[in-house]
Amino acid sequence: MTEQQPFSPDGSVGGVSDGPLSGPPGGRAAQEPWSKPIGRRTVLSLLGLGALGTLFGSHVQAGISSLLNSVDAGGIASLVPGGGQFTIYTVTDGYPAAPADYRLRVDGLVERPLSMTVADLQSLPATRLIRDFQCVTGWEVTDVHWVGVRLLDLAERAGVNPAASAFRFTSFDGVYTESLTVEQARETGAIAAYSMLGAPVTREHGGPVRLYVPDMFGYKSIKWLSRIELVPQAEPGYWEQNGYPVNAWISGHAPAQAA
Amino acid sequence: MSATQLTAEQSKQRVVLRFDRVERAVHWVNAALVLILIVTGAALYFTPLIALVGRRRLIEQVHLYAGLSLPLPLLLGVAGSWGRGLRRDVSRINGWTEADLQWLRGLVDTASGRRQAAPRPRLGKFNAGQKLNAAFVAGGGLVMLGTGALLHWYVPFPLSWRAGATFVHNWLAVTFVIVIVGHITLALADREALRAMLGGRVSRAWVARHAPAWLDESAEQQQ
Repeated sequence: MTEQQPFSPDGSVGGVSDGPLSGPPGGRAAQEPWSKPIGRRTVLSLLGLGALGTLFGSHVQAGISSLLNSVDAGGIASLVPGGGQFTIYTVTDGYPAAPADYRLRVDGLVERPLSMTVADLQSLPATRLIRDFQCVTGWEVTDVHWVGVRLLDLAERAGVNPAASAFRFTSFDGVYTESLTVEQARETGAIAAYSMLGAPVTREHGGPVRLYVPDMFGYKSIKWLSRIELVPQAEPGYWEQNGYPVNAWISGHAPAQAA
Repeated sequence: MSATQLTAEQSKQRVVLRFDRVERAVHWVNAALVLILIVTGAALYFTPLIALVGRRRLIEQVHLYAGLSLPLPLLLGVAGSWGRGLRRDVSRINGWTEADLQWLRGLVDTASGRRQAAPRPRLGKFNAGQKLNAAFVAGGGLVMLGTGALLHWYVPFPLSWRAGATFVHNWLAVTFVIVIVGHITLALADREALRAMLGGRVSRAWVARHAPAWLDESAEQQQ
C-alpha cells in the first residue's frame, strides 16, 4: 500500500493498540461505565419470534387470509403474503398456450387408445369436487371447485391392460411429468379437470385440462395435461426427480405407506 | 505508534478509518447475496414475475445456494487474525450505552412531535439505529435461513410447521425489503457515511459530529 495510512481510533492501522476488548487491565469497565447486551437480546428475540411463528403462524396466517378475503377478494390479497390465493408456478418460460388442435390422449397399456377434445371430455360423466389445494411449500387455497372426469373412468373407457399398475402424465409444456399408481387414483378419486374455480381452467392454472389429485400435495396435480399413459410401474415425475417425495400424501389425510 | 502521535492540528485534518477491508468485503458480499435472494425470491413468489421469469427449478437453486451461503461472509470475516476490527465492531453493536437509549428516545420524541430538536448524546462508533439494523439483519437472517431450510428439507416436519415457516419467511422477507430500502435511503442521505463503506474512511469532523465517544474510546486506550 503506497497511500498514506489514515489514523484510526481503533488502532487497527499500524497495529497501535489492542483496543477495548483485549485492552489494558480493567480498561473496559472504565471506558464503558454502563453497557447492556441489547444487540444479543434483539437477535435472540428474533430467533424466538421466528420459532413461535413457525409453530403457530399457520393460525395467524389463516386469520389474515380470511380477513383479506373479506375486505378485498382480488387486488391486494393476491400481493400480500398468504392472501389465500394461488401462487401460480411454471417450470418453463411463462405459461404455455395449448395448441389449436389440442387433444388429451389416453394410451399406453390400453386396448383402445383415446384422443379427446375438451368437448369430448365434457361429454363424459362429470365428477364435481369442492376440495382444498395444498402446496407442498405450505400455502393453501381452501374450497376450490373442480369439475372433471375421474382417471379410473378414463382408464376403463380405454380398456386397461392388467399389466398396467400406474398412470404416467405428460404436460404439453414439454417438461412437467407426473405419475400416480392406479390404486392411488382409486383412493383419491383423482380427476382430469377442465373446470376450476367455477370456470374453464385458465392457461395460468394449466388449462385447458389439468390433473387434480385430492389429498395429495399440489405438485401431483400436473398442469397443461396432454397425455395419460398406462404403464407397468409408477416412475418419478419432474418435481420428484428434483427432490420431492414420490409419495405426496398430505400428512394426516391418508395412509403414508400407500405409495 | 506514529499513526496516533498527531498534533491537534493534524488530527483535525486527518481522516479516520471506520471500516477496514474485511468489514467492507463482508458488507458488500452480504449485500450482493441479499440482492440475489430478494430478486430470486420475488421471481418465485409474485405470480406476474413467475410468468415473466419462468425456469422455476433454476431460480429455486440460485435462491437456495445464495441463502445457504449467507452466513459465510460474516463467519469468515470474524474467524481469523484479519477479523479483529470486525469482532470489535460486533462487540460495539451488541453493547448499548445510556447514550444510545437517549438517542433512540430523542428520535421517538421528535418523530411524535413531543420535542422539537432531539438532544445530541455523545454516541460511540454506531448509533442505536445502526445497532438495531445490524442486530435485525443478524437475527432476521438466521430466521430466514432456518425457515428456508425447513421449507427445503420439509419431509420430517408436520404440515402446520411448514405453513408457519412459509408465513414467517414471507412476512420477514417483506420486512427485510422495507429495512433495506430504509438502510439505502439513509446511506444516500449521508454520503460521507456511505463513503466509509466504500473506501473505509470518514473525516475527523464527521466522527466528532456523529460518533464523538468513539474518539474518547481510543484516547483512553492510549493513556
